[in-house]
Amino acid sequence: MEVFLQQIINGLTLGSIYAIVALGYTMVYGIVQLINFAHGEVVMIGAMVALTVIGSLAGANTGMPPVVIVLAGIACAVPVCMAVGYTMERVAYRPLRGAPRLAPLITAIGISIILQHLAMLIWSRNPLSFPQIIPNPVFEIAGANVSGVQIAIISLSALMMLGLTALVYRTRLGTAMRATSENPQVAGLMGVNINRVIASTFVIGAGLGAVAGVMVGTYYGIAHYTMGALLGLKAFSAAVLGGIGNLAGAMLGGILLGLVEALGAGYIGELTDLCHVSWISTGLAERCAQDGHVVLMGSNYQDVFAFLVLIAVLVFRPSGLLGERVGDRA
Amino acid sequence: MPLTRVPFRLRSVAVLSAVLLVAACGKQEEAAKPAAGGGATVIKIGHAAPLTGGIAHLGKDNEAGVRLAVDEANAKGLTIGGAKVQFEMLSEDDEGKPDKGPIIAQKFADAKVAGVVGHLNSGVTIPASAVYNTAGIPMISGSATNPKLTEQGFAVTFRTVGRDDQQGPAIASYLVAQFKPKVVAVVDDATSYGEGLANEVEKSLKAAGVTVLAREKGTDKTTDWKAILTTLKGKKPDAVFYGGMDSGGGPLVKQGRELGLKGVFAFGDGACTDKMQELAGAAAEGLVCSQAGIPAQASSKSFIDAFKAKFGSDPIIYAPFTYDATNLIITAMQKADSVDPAKYLPALKAISFDGASGHIEFDEKGDRKDAEMTIFTLKDGKIVPVAIIKAGKTIPFEEFAKGTGA
Repeated sequence: MEVFLQQIINGLTLGSIYAIVALGYTMVYGIVQLINFAHGEVVMIGAMVALTVIGSLAGANTGMPPVVIVLAGIACAVPVCMAVGYTMERVAYRPLRGAPRLAPLITAIGISIILQHLAMLIWSRNPLSFPQIIPNPVFEIAGANVSGVQIAIISLSALMMLGLTALVYRTRLGTAMRATSENPQVAGLMGVNINRVIASTFVIGAGLGAVAGVMVGTYYGIAHYTMGALLGLKAFSAAVLGGIGNLAGAMLGGILLGLVEALGAGYIGELTDLCHVSWISTGLAERCAQDGHVVLMGSNYQDVFAFLVLIAVLVFRPSGLLGERVGDRA
Repeated sequence: MPLTRVPFRLRSVAVLSAVLLVAACGKQEEAAKPAAGGGATVIKIGHAAPLTGGIAHLGKDNEAGVRLAVDEANAKGLTIGGAKVQFEMLSEDDEGKPDKGPIIAQKFADAKVAGVVGHLNSGVTIPASAVYNTAGIPMISGSATNPKLTEQGFAVTFRTVGRDDQQGPAIASYLVAQFKPKVVAVVDDATSYGEGLANEVEKSLKAAGVTVLAREKGTDKTTDWKAILTTLKGKKPDAVFYGGMDSGGGPLVKQGRELGLKGVFAFGDGACTDKMQELAGAAAEGLVCSQAGIPAQASSKSFIDAFKAKFGSDPIIYAPFTYDATNLIITAMQKADSVDPAKYLPALKAISFDGASGHIEFDEKGDRKDAEMTIFTLKDGKIVPVAIIKAGKTIPFEEFAKGTGA
């Protein structure tokens, strides 16, 4: 039971990060029906910028309290990523807005490769350690350990999701976004500046991505120029699971995917241990008696779950869990 | 040192021919040299290691070991086969790239070197060793630990450092002796290095009667170990061994401590670096790990003094092993009274030599007999040696250092 609870907590933390990244995918898709495959790279750049800022501030003995240094890291990463998001939209997507849907998908992949290699040139190929300056107290709840960083990640994610929902449903910009998503031509005729709204969507998504990057960095303590690729693909799967284009869907999909991964990786070894069915062959029974376990699929299949989910959703429910509320996407 | 991770690159024919052209030019220059030796015959000893790039400092360290041995031999003014001899080191940069190994090996063969010390990386040494074997040039690596190197059946291939498959039993025996664990979890990164090492550790632990949990695996890019560690925590292991590099091992130990895993964390040489402290912070304190060979500071005092006097710094890691390798070639030449590789090779195989890294004899494969392994622990943020494992026996490091330092 303790193990189960612990896996749930791990899954929730991971899921919150996926949810924040998935929001970036789903917002852009909702408004321009484009999958921005470079979004994972934006998350990576957020982590790298924060790492550099936090590292140099912590190394310079400024006497600033650690929390302020981390906030300064986030404060630098967010505008940098927003600028990257804006440039991306302006350079790679806006000129192709009238083009067939395949064209912007290809530029998205191109941008992703360019960003990854730029990051490699700037921050080297080596895995970088994320400065660990904030003490990370660990609390025990019913036998499971929850660290301060985990609590911060989950609560910050919840705050950002609330903030984004408020932005989309309570502000003029949000109304313009929803209008553009429903029908760009008509929204334009009604006086909505479509280009500005689309650019804002990219910028907001990139800002969320930057914060997610800092979360990943502080949670695992490591950053690498390829870290965005897999994370981006998983978050994309989460967005599809929830119903791409749907805000609530991205949040739900992200958290569900995190839970599926944590529980899957935690239990797959035991579930596929052939020794549970050792009666099917004597050879197997002998090996079980000798080794105690013959595991068919180990925890290294952790990364497979996200994509199994993606395939299952695409086959059985292509619109995703909450996908039917088409009018709501933004 | 594990196999290099540098991806194998297809080089264009143009680059290859350019290298061969340079090699050919170099050969012409070398041919003119014997006259410059002041009447003595010049004997060329090749050395190859990455002298540029990320581990250039280790390559330079290896090179310094060879240079010191060559200069010392020249100062003695040796006579071999009735003629005064002068040794000369030809040092080449293999960039740590597997595809450059054979090119440099061919260059050495063309330059008619009498012996080669190197290369640094297993991944480069293995392809290069085939060329040396064809050319009949003895080669001794001071740092390539991959077992494959000496399993190819080459008569000219030797190493003065231990093998990875001796490292597994060493760290396992230290764990058993020091921490007396009942249940141990073994995790690896599913690479040939990590999995191979983990298999050796598991075998040795089981032989010592320790219960080993079902193997857990990540990949060499895994940074999220929480799911695996949580499952392990439920089984309460007394120790966790991880076969892999520091980029995976750092997050592993950090997350393990966060989850409240109490046991000791153990690693192989891929994660036996100061980077563990950077990646895991305070959680890294107390981890144990192994490296092939002995730490440079435990090599003989005369070697360390000579090295310091010549280069103004301490040897980093493998210099004592390349120094010994060079001296082995020179000593074998003296014993056989010939600088012809075919003639001095039997003397090299049968050698019994006391070098900077201790006593050296080779087994039939060219591996060092009873090679030492060193166990380190992370104390106050630094990797420090705690014990030497030799022939299955654990010797506390201080005792060992006293023994060789005398």
